[in-house]
Amino acid sequence: MAHPSTYVPTSSFGKWIDARLPIPRLVYDQFGVFPMPRNLNYLWTFGGILTFMLVAQIATGVVLAMHYVPTAEGAFDSVEKIMRDVNWGWLLRYSHAVGASLFFLAAYIHTLRGLYYGSYKAPREVLWILGVLILLLMVATAFMGYSLVWGQMSFWAVTVITNLFSSLDSVIPGLGTRLVEWIWGGFAVGGPTLNRLYALHYLLPFVIAGVVMLHIWALHIPGSNNPAGIEVKSSRDIVTFHPYYTMKDGFALVLFIALFAGLVFYAPNLLGHSDNYIPANPLVTPPHIVPEWYFLPFYAILRAIPSKLFGVVALIASIGILFFVPWLDTSKVRSTRYRPIYRWFFWAFVITCCVLGYLGSQPPDGWYLILGRIFTFYYFAFFLVAMPVLGWIEKPRELPESIADSLRKGSKKTQVKKAKPLEAVR
Amino acid sequence: MNSDRRFYRPLAALVALAVPLGAALAEEPSPPGHAHEEPSIARQDWSFNGVFGKFDRAQVQRGYQVYSTVCANCHSMRLLSYRNLGEQGGPEFSPKAVEILASKAQVTDGPNEKGEMFTRPARPSDRFRSPFANDQLARISNGGALPPDLSVMAKARPGGPDYIYALLTGYREAPADLKLTQGMHHNAAFPGRQIAMPPPLVDGVVGYTDGTKKTVENYAKDVSAYLMWAAEPKLEERHMLGARIMIFLAAFAVVMFLAKRAVWSRVH
Repeated sequence: MAHPSTYVPTSSFGKWIDARLPIPRLVYDQFGVFPMPRNLNYLWTFGGILTFMLVAQIATGVVLAMHYVPTAEGAFDSVEKIMRDVNWGWLLRYSHAVGASLFFLAAYIHTLRGLYYGSYKAPREVLWILGVLILLLMVATAFMGYSLVWGQMSFWAVTVITNLFSSLDSVIPGLGTRLVEWIWGGFAVGGPTLNRLYALHYLLPFVIAGVVMLHIWALHIPGSNNPAGIEVKSSRDIVTFHPYYTMKDGFALVLFIALFAGLVFYAPNLLGHSDNYIPANPLVTPPHIVPEWYFLPFYAILRAIPSKLFGVVALIASIGILFFVPWLDTSKVRSTRYRPIYRWFFWAFVITCCVLGYLGSQPPDGWYLILGRIFTFYYFAFFLVAMPVLGWIEKPRELPESIADSLRKGSKKTQVKKAKPLEAVR
Repeated sequence: MNSDRRFYRPLAALVALAVPLGAALAEEPSPPGHAHEEPSIARQDWSFNGVFGKFDRAQVQRGYQVYSTVCANCHSMRLLSYRNLGEQGGPEFSPKAVEILASKAQVTDGPNEKGEMFTRPARPSDRFRSPFANDQLARISNGGALPPDLSVMAKARPGGPDYIYALLTGYREAPADLKLTQGMHHNAAFPGRQIAMPPPLVDGVVGYTDGTKKTVENYAKDVSAYLMWAAEPKLEERHMLGARIMIFLAAFAVVMFLAKRAVWSRVH
């Protein structure tokens, strides 16, 4: 949280720079002695993990870009050249591909943690909105990055997703078609499309980095929320960021990197689709066009709606609705820990996302379609009905007096000590 | 913290509810039209499986022999060069052997100083020679079907090398209920069960010299392993580096855990 600066420069250079560009002061105040609630569990380590993943993706991506050829004729072969002939190219490329998946895994855990503990509630609305914006930018970046492989799944995913804009034809005839051709840079997905997706794929991560800085800034004004969802009241409730959370985040990060490395070295293609090792062919449509796993729930929502236009609207709304969560939730308490009814709806929502993910990988007919519609209904009902209504009718359990108090109640051991290390990678 | 258990109880209950639902869903026969009848692919015991898996040199060398004798008549491997055959982590033919294997193929080079294209024996730096000049020619020569490039085939199909083995050993007499289209062959492993490629392997067609039995099963196994290497030439390097990195991370995790515990013991 915002606090008066206690930094005192000691060296003469320290004094000199402090009067000109006080970066050491910023680091000391914001990442050294920054006050943190002392009861954060391992779910709070994903912010640091996500920062690491962004840096890792940019670092591997920049080197890959030095070898990649963004043309319809050269793209697939240049990726294979990276895998075969570039020094450590296989490591860079597999790290980047698996990294995208793990970036989303961490982002989803981070988002659900915010949702569970009410981290979006006042005074953290702007922080939450910036987070949703980052998620949207991640979706766009990952989609464009996947297209660059220019395999069958890349090509047809681009075709399906860009074609969604043609649904605007049902609003203003001709508008959608014009828009899609403008996006394609031609009358079909082709070289010009690939080239612009590449340019944007290189640009957007730096936009994400910028919004991440705003996200951290917005975090450091009110400070972190915590599992009890109550405000910091006294110095007994806090510890400094360093060394307490640098060590805790560091430990969780190492475990997360172990999961990352395990996939890169032993199952690099596990999360991908084998069809993407077939070069893009506009004349052959794969039997099932499916996105990467992290987009499957949204894909299921898109296909659950019978009208193309409203399917697209639902797709956009499925993430866009997160922007309004701070005002949809009418509850007086933040943490779901003290909400006996809401927690049922929360976990049902988590299961809904998983089921939608499974349904997104299946053909949209028969039972799959019916279930897709039921779960899509619940997905939106959770935000539009459960969140406002439960806030009014639910009687929350008694909140602890303070954060320090919340740790003392219950078992004798503190909660921080009890948290299992494995929680970080779940 | 006793509230922890209360916390996750709704999750447990909802999962308990969801499991029978999921089971019911799984039993639901997939709707007609989408029934692609994915044939089950038996898993094979490959030397490159597992955390410390490596290619069996002799096996991938025999696999190359099968490829160059049989498969290469119709299938290209345009992403590979002859030099790859001598590189570490693959068949590891000697430099001399690589030169000889390369020189068996005639490739087009040029133009020379007279402005003419000419043919010469391939060098290790050349890409594998493709059997057909273009896709159209490949189709005409194969009854309209295009023999796919095999460079990354072992990653381009679900099941990978297991699938290739199942396909090469999956030719059977067509069952009565299956009406074969003209020029197609029944194959139990191929999606749709009808494949344009005639059975490529017969016992004895490739002359092994290392005493390995000249059976279709052995040919299929060897060429599948060879194609896995072709698709994943850095697999051994990946496994070896991975082991070192995982050991480092395990040690690092212990250090970080102890550091974290030591630091936090001050506030408890």
